[in-house]
Amino acid sequence: QAQGVAQDLNDYYDVWIFAEQKNGVVQPIAYELLGEGRKLADTLGMSLCAVLIGHDIQKQVTALTSRGADRVHLVDRAELAYFQDEPYANVLSELVRRHKPAILLYGATSIGRSLAPRVAVAVNAGLTADCTGLSIVPETGDLLQTRPTFGGNIMATIISPDNRPQMATVRHKVMKEAEVVEGHNGEIVLEKIASELLRSRTRRLRFEPEQETTMNIAEANIIVSGGRGLQKPENFKLIRDLAEVLGAGVGSSRAAVDAGWIPYSHQVGQTGKTVCPKIYIACGISGQIQHLAGMSSSDLIIAINKDPDAPIFKFANYGLVGDLFTIVPLLTKEFKNLLGK
Amino acid sequence: MHFVVCIKQVPDTMDITINPETNTLQRDGVASIINPFDMYAIEEAIRLREKLGGQVTALSMGPPQAESALREAISMGVDNAVLLSDRAFIGSDTWATSYTLATAIRKLGDYSVILCGKQAADGDTAQVGPGIAEHLDLPQITYVRKIEKMTPDLIVAQRMLEEGVEVLEAELPCVLTVVKEINKPRLPSLKNIMNARKAPITHWQAKDLACDTSKLGLEGSLTKVLTVFSPPPRSSGEVMTGEADQIVHALVDKIKEAIITAAL
Ligand SMILES: Cc1cc2nc3c(=O)[nH]c(=O)nc-3n(C[C@H](O)[C@H](O)[C@H](O)COP(=O)(O)OP(=O)(O)OC[C@H]3O[C@@H](n4cnc5c(N)ncnc54)[C@H](O)[C@@H]3O)c2cc1C
Ligand SMILES: Cc1cc2nc3c(=O)[nH]c(=O)nc-3n(C[C@H](O)[C@H](O)[C@H](O)COP(=O)(O)OP(=O)(O)OC[C@H]3O[C@@H](n4cnc5c(N)ncnc54)[C@H](O)[C@@H]3O)c2cc1C
Repeated sequence: QAQGVAQDLNDYYDVWIFAEQKNGVVQPIAYELLGEGRKLADTLGMSLCAVLIGHDIQKQVTALTSRGADRVHLVDRAELAYFQDEPYANVLSELVRRHKPAILLYGATSIGRSLAPRVAVAVNAGLTADCTGLSIVPETGDLLQTRPTFGGNIMATIISPDNRPQMATVRHKVMKEAEVVEGHNGEIVLEKIASELLRSRTRRLRFEPEQETTMNIAEANIIVSGGRGLQKPENFKLIRDLAEVLGAGVGSSRAAVDAGWIPYSHQVGQTGKTVCPKIYIACGISGQIQHLAGMSSSDLIIAINKDPDAPIFKFANYGLVGDLFTIVPLLTKEFKNLLGK
Repeated sequence: MHFVVCIKQVPDTMDITINPETNTLQRDGVASIINPFDMYAIEEAIRLREKLGGQVTALSMGPPQAESALREAISMGVDNAVLLSDRAFIGSDTWATSYTLATAIRKLGDYSVILCGKQAADGDTAQVGPGIAEHLDLPQITYVRKIEKMTPDLIVAQRMLEEGVEVLEAELPCVLTVVKEINKPRLPSLKNIMNARKAPITHWQAKDLACDTSKLGLEGSLTKVLTVFSPPPRSSGEVMTGEADQIVHALVDKIKEAIITAAL
């Protein structure tokens, strides 16, 4: 028994997801968690529940119940209007103690990855990071959690057999979003929270929305990335034009960021972001291991590079050998036609 | 002020393979470095000390050879170095790692700011920083890309989130995790590298910490790594050469469906 704390695992029941909201709107990642959570709950014969924390968000409950949540635990307080590390962690830990879920899933978003480890420590739970696969061991009901490590070079399957809840953060765009189920209803539980749990020793002074981006790359279905092959900052326009036609996010290699061509928030890779889009288009990026670490689990990789020996071609499903200054505008034109824009 | 930096030694390459006989990670012969994000944490701690006075302590939990990571930190300008090394720590998950580091930080005492990297290049969880904050009951600011202001009891920092930058004020002491954008780590001078070779390093074992030994190492870890395996190899792709318009046509033909679905 880990940590000598005798815990009766049978006291812990139901599959929970943390329904991340921003500006009072439930985020798509919550639907991905509901999709995956439904399968786990059905396998275990348990209910699927969502925790929704915010202010004036009761309207959002149906977004969750219509996509399969059997129950929504709602915490509605002015102090919780937007994410703040301490009160959110306190509130969620309190709900875990109160209701004892067997499983609790979070999105592996900036918020999820700040919040989940605090809750894990507070409630004595194991936490597996950045999962790309979840399933149940039939005999024990344990959650098998599979995740990439070492920049995607190694996969590990992890369990937390002796403690509940079993907690995991789940990578974006890997699990399928739950669909709206006609006529599905859920129960809503209004949670009372003691005011001292809402105390925060940090305070938001300002929020500066990112100007440059059209889209958050972690959530993008398609990412078009540019590297040193672009030669100068103005040439990122080629990348942006293609991205716009595809409704895609704009990514970049570190070389382009270090050269000051594009802000760091666009950097993909070991010291940037890890992304997992359906389609990743790398333009003028050589494909060094640190870049691959951030994008190698994309479903479909397309690379454009003038060097036929560029390492990116070993990972790309389709590699186009040639000058990006010719190829990228051609692609933009073709896709424009294809998508009728 | 006392700045504590947590640094982890990681393999120099993430190109790690699996030993097919033992099904374990093949780490032998792979050189080690300081986790890249931790270099920014070290640099930031040193800059804060240069501005505000005080001292910087680097703290690492790991095998005896993690001493070399601490020596590198000293060569950059860190004042004190502490290595937590004990068989009892082996097999720690992030719960146990953050518990052990938090206990050591409590023993160091009188800390103002605890700096971590955003995440480690090998384990990749980004859980240890917030874990330390919870164990020590401290506020945290994750993904810090700039410190705007610091006084002995307050910090104002910019935090990078998906859709923009949040500027937060926090009481000290406080835990920070930093991203690459925050600074450019200095290169140590040859003289400092030489001096660091002889610098004293404090060694602490489990018995030196006021800790509950059931919370350490494998026993204290609530997650267990069941198996490690190589990801399925990516199907060797198709490389297209020829006239630009022809290969573009050929590509668009092949990925039409995928594009239409994904672009919806
Ligand atoms: C600790 C550490 C962390 C790192 N973290 C990251 C990270 O998070 N993300 C990251 O990306 N990198 C990271 N790097 C850097 C990484 O090693 C590479 O240096 C970087 O990815 C290279 O970027 P690039 O591919 O754009 O540039 P290059 O390697 O210079 O490649 C440019 C490519 O463009 C091609 N090209 C040039 N002109 C054209 C043209 N006209 N048409 C078509 N192709 C053209 C060239 O053939 C070449 O392949 C890290 C490095 C270290 C040491
Ligand atoms: C294949 C594999 C998968 C794993 N998956 C998980 C998992 O899902 N959940 C889990 O709980 N554990 C997991 N672990 C264990 C985890 O890697 C270790 O607990 C590790 O000690 C810390 O986690 P990390 O490497 O993810 O560090 P991170 O949390 O990513 O590190 C963040 C920062 O914390 C500081 N830090 C981290 N470790 C140390 C240290 N030893 N000394 C000083 N400072 C440090 C550094 O500042 C670092 O930048 C896994 C281990 C392996 C081998």
